[in-house]
Amino acid sequence: MSDAAKAPRERPMSPHLSVWRWHITMASSIANRATGVALYIGALIAAAWAIALAKGPEAYAGFKGLLGSPLGLLVMFGLTLSFFYHLANGIRHLVWDAGYGFALKTANAASVFVFAFTAAATLAVWVIAGMIGAL
Amino acid sequence: MVSYRTPLSRARGLGAAKHGVTHWIGERVGAIALVPLTLWGVFAVLRLAAGDYAFATHWIAEPLNAVLMVLLLGISFWHMQGGLRVIIEDYVHVTLNKSALLVLNLFVCALAGALAIFSILKVALAGGGAF
Repeated sequence: MSDAAKAPRERPMSPHLSVWRWHITMASSIANRATGVALYIGALIAAAWAIALAKGPEAYAGFKGLLGSPLGLLVMFGLTLSFFYHLANGIRHLVWDAGYGFALKTANAASVFVFAFTAAATLAVWVIAGMIGAL
Repeated sequence: MVSYRTPLSRARGLGAAKHGVTHWIGERVGAIALVPLTLWGVFAVLRLAAGDYAFATHWIAEPLNAVLMVLLLGISFWHMQGGLRVIIEDYVHVTLNKSALLVLNLFVCALAGALAIFSILKVALAGGGAF
């Protein structure tokens, strides 16, 4: 009897989160997906902005009021974090695609850099937003 | 569901055998385009957040702003459709659920993207006002 006649074996499933100690590279990989999903929602908010703009002054003022509310600002802050993270880590992915950056030390250092860049860039944008009266 | 097709028959015509690396390269080129476009987008959001409706309509009527915004929205919706597609394919294994979510993802991105781009063009070409 050949192997093909047997029922297929249970395939390993991704992700095996429970069996690994957390590494920073693992955290940065998961964060890439999480921020991507957050930015998906952000793009829908951007679409709502465009629709409100086309609808007229009242709709636009309503939309700006919503985003300017404490909850709206919190969402925008989260989106800023997500954007800078996904940007930096996305460039890291492009570097990987070119065949570089896989050495353990490099990968760990790049993870730290991406998280640090995210914090610094987000802070910078919100300080600028406060200074130009965008909040 | 029992399938009587052999593994070879199922593999034939899929993946690289069918499309080569066009899809893979397309995803990367889209991502590269989004680097400058989204950085410009942050700048745009800051300016728009500081301004009112009249400012926004004048700003978007500027050809460069309108074109960059359309490109930013179009490529973003394309990129995120591909991104969520991979996530669905990774985590949802029941064929019907997976197919339904993939179609939903595509439709949401296409609809939201088309609405957003049409809205930008309407304001850029005809000025603001009711639909």
